[in-house]
Amino acid sequence: MRSSIARAWEWLIESAIRLAGVLAIIFVLLIFAFLLRDALPTFAEQTPLSGLLGGHEWRPTSEPAQFGMLPLILGSLYVTVGALVIAVPLGLGCAIFVAEIAPPWMREILKPTVEVLAAIPSVVYGFLGLLMIGPWLADVFGLPIGQFAALGSLLLAFMAIPTIVSISEDALRNVPVALRDSSLALGATRWQTIVRVIVPAARSGLIAASLLGLARAIGETMTVLMVTGNAPVMPRALLGFLRPIRTMTATIAAEMGEAAHGSSHYHALFAIGLVLFVITFLINTVADVVVRRAGGVQT
Amino acid sequence: MMRVVSAQNTEKLAFAGLWLCAAIVILPVLGIIVVLAWRGASALSWDLIGGGPHSLLAPIVGTILLVALTGLIAAPLGVAAAVYLSEYSRGGTLVRLIRLAIVNLAGVPSVVYGLFGLALFVVLFQFGRSLLAGACTLALLVLPLVISTSEEALRQVPGSLRHASLALGASQWQTVRRVVLPNALPGIITGLILSIGRAAGETAPILFTAAFYSLTDPFPNSLLDPILVLPYQLFVMTTEVPNVAPATKWATAFVLLAIVLGMNLVAVILRARLRGSRRW
Repeated sequence: MRSSIARAWEWLIESAIRLAGVLAIIFVLLIFAFLLRDALPTFAEQTPLSGLLGGHEWRPTSEPAQFGMLPLILGSLYVTVGALVIAVPLGLGCAIFVAEIAPPWMREILKPTVEVLAAIPSVVYGFLGLLMIGPWLADVFGLPIGQFAALGSLLLAFMAIPTIVSISEDALRNVPVALRDSSLALGATRWQTIVRVIVPAARSGLIAASLLGLARAIGETMTVLMVTGNAPVMPRALLGFLRPIRTMTATIAAEMGEAAHGSSHYHALFAIGLVLFVITFLINTVADVVVRRAGGVQT
Repeated sequence: MMRVVSAQNTEKLAFAGLWLCAAIVILPVLGIIVVLAWRGASALSWDLIGGGPHSLLAPIVGTILLVALTGLIAAPLGVAAAVYLSEYSRGGTLVRLIRLAIVNLAGVPSVVYGLFGLALFVVLFQFGRSLLAGACTLALLVLPLVISTSEEALRQVPGSLRHASLALGASQWQTVRRVVLPNALPGIITGLILSIGRAAGETAPILFTAAFYSLTDPFPNSLLDPILVLPYQLFVMTTEVPNVAPATKWATAFVLLAIVLGMNLVAVILRARLRGSRRW
């Protein structure tokens, strides 16, 4: 017979395991709670809509300080939309290539390469963007400065591509072989089969992949901090892509070091963090629901 | 007849486009590695690693310490959570919520982890800007990855092994402890290496929780001291400190990339050998 001490020990360990199981939920709630706690003073001080979210001026150190987040929100929007314009077609194209038409040797090269792409630290992208790619692009296109929104988009695109490729590829592979075979048997070419049968069947997974790529791009910090020029100004129409801007993430990273603990500035930066958290939470949750409704693909 | 030909031409054109997509994704990766290896390795010297200002020794040591501590904190939490999901949970709403939380935790922007680490570990727990606060923050950041890789390793263990153990009268915990975990261990360790490799390259979460820049006192004396780390060093040297020799920056970038990709490579090789040596 096993001793009661052994039983008690076992009960203790299994309780700890059960607790660890719900840890992820606890941490998500904790992150939200702590962001909210340190962001609330800002929402109390500023008028939330016109002053904070809609304000056109981000001047945290002037007198009186102004904490209008709109330039930063638009900055994030510019960089992210630009990144998606590049990353979604390339990522989906790459995924279709890997899942449907790549010869085996090519697949063996491509999959690890995409993993390497995901592993390169964002500060290394920023370093290369700042020292090489930015100045070079500015030279070629005659731009006044080598740090601009579109450069951030370009680099972010390559950071979002691995997410898009791996999730889309799973989705494409989950399309039943019978569908593909029936289409081919009816005389459709492989390309017609891809466009009319496989892609529509994998639609939800492809949408989710793009959404997760979007979340990845919005949250990226160091690269955009280093290459987009650090200018918290309202971007101007299309020309805004070729001028310096600043994203929400970069603002937190650039300014938190100088903001005194407990100051209005400190709380305003937490308010930006809260906005970011809510945005990415919504995107990730929607993507998760889309994937699960499609039935199957694990994100 | 006409129609068939044009469909085939369309296909050729489309496939060429897809090949192009793949090439556009591969080439920059090769480009980055070649450029950094070429300019970085030539700039690397024993002087740079050994001593003098901007020596790489302190940031390399700091990065290793930070990443090791991150692994020590994340491993028990992540593996326990994975054991729950794989061995104890029975599906249902709770598990659905846990999975949603894991997806969301993985999607929280890294700089937001930095804010959370600042509010909780640095300020509330009074760790200050320190090795410990940074490791706790990074441990949270890699937790979703540790959980999902460990869970996958646990699920690879065939059910027949569990059933055999249970049939011999072992309790569930004894089965997990003596049968499932040992068999899943190589896979779990591979996932851990992958996770801390990710942590080694992160900058934003440690900006306000652990990293600092110092020429005079670069080595930490305790867990509560701030540290020099490679990614932060690279960031500061490129953006804030004037007059750093370009060679130093390139060498730092190269060493950082080599460490991060090296850890990934180790994980990939381990995973491949694991597939080859599986006994079932």
